[in-house]
Amino acid sequence: MDSMGNSGSVFFLILRRMRVPLIVLIVIYAISVLGLTLVPGVDANGQPAPALSFFHAFYFISYTATTIGFGEIPNAFSDAQRLWVIVCIYLTVIGWSYSIITLLALVQDKAFQNVLVNARFARRVRHLHEPFYLVCGCGETGALVCRALDELNIRFVVIESREARVQALDLEDFKTDVPALAADAQQPGILEQAGLGHAKCRGVLALTNDDNANLAIAIAVRLLVPDLPVLARAESPMTEANMASFGTHHIINPYARFADYLGLAIEAPNSMRLIEWLTGLPGQHLPPIRRPPTGKWIVCGHGRFSRPVIRQLADHAVQVCVVTPEPGGAVAPGFRHVAGLGTEAVTLQAAGVEQAVGLVAGTDHDVNNLSIAMTAKDLNPSLFIVARQNWVANEALFKAFEADFTMVPSRIVAHESLATIITPLMAAFLAEVRRRPDVWAADACTRLEEVCGGVVPLVWDVEIDAQSAPAIVHQLTQGPVSLQVLLQSFENREEALELVPLLLVREGASMVFPETTTALCAGDALLFAGSAEVREKQRMALSNANALEYLLTGQDHPAGLVWQWLTARSPRT
Amino acid sequence: MRRYARRGREAYNQKILTASWGAVMNLEKVVFAFFILLAATLNFGFFIGDIARPELHSIYELFAAIVVSLIATVLKFGDRTQIGAIHLATSLVADLQLIAAAVTWAIAVHVTEVGMTVHVTSSVVSLSGGALFANIVSVVILIIETVMMRR
Repeated sequence: MDSMGNSGSVFFLILRRMRVPLIVLIVIYAISVLGLTLVPGVDANGQPAPALSFFHAFYFISYTATTIGFGEIPNAFSDAQRLWVIVCIYLTVIGWSYSIITLLALVQDKAFQNVLVNARFARRVRHLHEPFYLVCGCGETGALVCRALDELNIRFVVIESREARVQALDLEDFKTDVPALAADAQQPGILEQAGLGHAKCRGVLALTNDDNANLAIAIAVRLLVPDLPVLARAESPMTEANMASFGTHHIINPYARFADYLGLAIEAPNSMRLIEWLTGLPGQHLPPIRRPPTGKWIVCGHGRFSRPVIRQLADHAVQVCVVTPEPGGAVAPGFRHVAGLGTEAVTLQAAGVEQAVGLVAGTDHDVNNLSIAMTAKDLNPSLFIVARQNWVANEALFKAFEADFTMVPSRIVAHESLATIITPLMAAFLAEVRRRPDVWAADACTRLEEVCGGVVPLVWDVEIDAQSAPAIVHQLTQGPVSLQVLLQSFENREEALELVPLLLVREGASMVFPETTTALCAGDALLFAGSAEVREKQRMALSNANALEYLLTGQDHPAGLVWQWLTARSPRT
Repeated sequence: MRRYARRGREAYNQKILTASWGAVMNLEKVVFAFFILLAATLNFGFFIGDIARPELHSIYELFAAIVVSLIATVLKFGDRTQIGAIHLATSLVADLQLIAAAVTWAIAVHVTEVGMTVHVTSSVVSLSGGALFANIVSVVILIIETVMMRR
C-alpha cells in the first residue's frame, strides 16, 4: 500500500478490478450480436428474410442491453429471432448487474478507500505552498500543539495512528485546511507522503506517546533530510540518550524537564518565571509566582516522574521521604522510605506530613494523586503541593483543587516544542536564562511585564537577510542602521512599539537584551517578545523601504517616480 | 519417504505439484498470450486476400477480430509496468483501427448504401491491415517479455 501514493494508482486499481466484468460484458455482447446476425428474420408478408446485419444487430443489442428498448427495428422479428432475443436480454442483464455490483463492492472496499484517502492526502500535502510543520502523533500533546500552531497561523500536516483521533481532528475548528492521515508515522514512506522532503517543510515534531515510534521518526528524518530540524518527545532516559546519539536537534523529556523546573523554582524562582513567560502559549494568563520552600519533602510514587524529581530535590539540599508501595530496596539509599500509596492519612503521617513543607503527588494515577494531595492538605494546610496530572481531560478536577504546581506532561512537551521549533533562537535564550543569576532574571521579568501586562507574550525571530528584511539589507549597503528602527512604530516615529528585543545572534556570538543603539549587520538573527499586532508593525520596517526611510529620517519620501521628480524640483519646506 | 506422516506426505505432494505447475505455466499468462495471438491471427485471416475483393474478406471474421481485440485490451488493464503500458497502447491502436474499419463498413452498407465497392473494401481491409501491424507489435513484445523473464 505504501507505493500507492499517487492518484494514478486509483485509476489502475479500478481497471484491474473491472477486468473480469468488462470481459464478461464484451463476451455477452459478442454472443448476442453474433446470434442475431445468424437467426433468420421475416418480412412484412410473413416470408423468410435474411438475418439482421452486424450493424442492425449491434444497434438492437445496444439499446436492449441497457434496457432502453425501442422495439423491433428495422422490421418486426421472426419467432426465431424473438427466442434468441429472450436469451440476449437475460444474458446482458446479468452482465451489467455483475459489472455494477463489482464497481459498488470496489467503492466500499476498505483497501480501495484507503488508496483514495492516501491519494487525496498526498495531493493536499503536495499543493501546500506555505511553510508547514509535520506533526506526528496527535494525542493530547499533539492536539495542544496543533491548536497553538493554528492560533499562530502556521500550517501543519498531521499523521496519527488512531483513526478516531484523525476523525476528531476533522471536527476541530481550524482556521486553515489541515491534511491529516491515519497511518503509522514510523514508516518512512508515510513520512515522505506527509511532506518530509517537501520544499516547504520547516520541521518535524515526533510527539506520539510511544518512545519507539518517536525514535523511528527521528532517525528517519535525520537520515532522509539531515538538515531538517526534528523535535522528539522521549519519556525514558534511555530513549533520550539514543536520540541524542544520532544528533536529534531537540529532545524533550517531560518528566526530566519538569524536575529541572522544580529544581530551578527552588533555586531561582525568577529564572523559572521568565522561562514560563517565554514558553507559555501566547495570550495565556500566568498565575503569580510561588516559590517552593526548602525543608522536608514527601514524594509519593516512584516512577519515571518521581525519580528525577527526587534527584532534583536532593540536589537542592532538601530532605526527601519517598512513599511508594514498592519494597524499600528500589529507592536510592539515603532517602527515607515509607511503604504505601500515600492516599491514606496513616501512611502520610508515618512519612511525617505534619513537619513537612512540601509534597509531590506523583503517581501515574490522577485520582490517586488528587486523593494524596487532598489528604495531605487536610493534615497540614500550609503544605506546598506539587501534583502530577496525567490526563488533560482531568483539567477541571485539578483546577478545582488548586495545587501550587500542577505538572501536565503533555502541556510541557507542547509548550517546549512550540517555543523551540518555531523560534529556533529561543533554545539559545533559555539556555542563557539558566546560566544567569536570579537577580538578572527578576530584572528581565519586570521588563517583559511592562510590555505585555499579565499575558504570555508572542516570541518571534527576525533574520536580517534579503528574504525577510529586504528593506534593511538594502539600507545597510548605504549606511548604518541601528536596532532602534525595529522598536519604533512606522505610523509615528515618536511612539515606541511594545516589544522587547531578547537576543541578538551574530556569527555564533549572542548578545542578550541588545542595546537599542546596536548597529545591525546583514546576517544578524534577533529574537523579540511582544504581540502579534506589534509584530506586523515591525514587519513594515523590515520589508517596506518607504517605512524604513521614514523611521530613519522622520520624513515621508515620495514613492512614485513622478512624485519624486516633482519634489526634487521644488525644494522641501 | 517413510519419515513423512500422512499429512506431511500430502504437503510434500502438494509442494511437488505446485512447484512443477509454477515452473511450467501460469494460467494468467496462458490466457493473456492466447488472446493476444488469437487477436493477431483473426486479424490476419480477415486481412489476407486481394484487398479489393469483398468476397475474400468475411465480415464475421472482422467481428471476431474486434471482440477478441477488445478482450485482449481489457486483459492488459491494471498492469503498471513499462511493458504493460506498451501492451495496452498497441492494443488500443488495434481496437481503434478495427472499429474504424467496422464503422466504414457500416456506413458504406447501411448509411450511404453504396455497398462493398472496390474503394470501400480496400479501405476496410487496409484499416484492418493497420490493426494487424499493431497486433504483430503486441506479439513481438509478448515474445520479448517471455525471453526476458526466462532465467
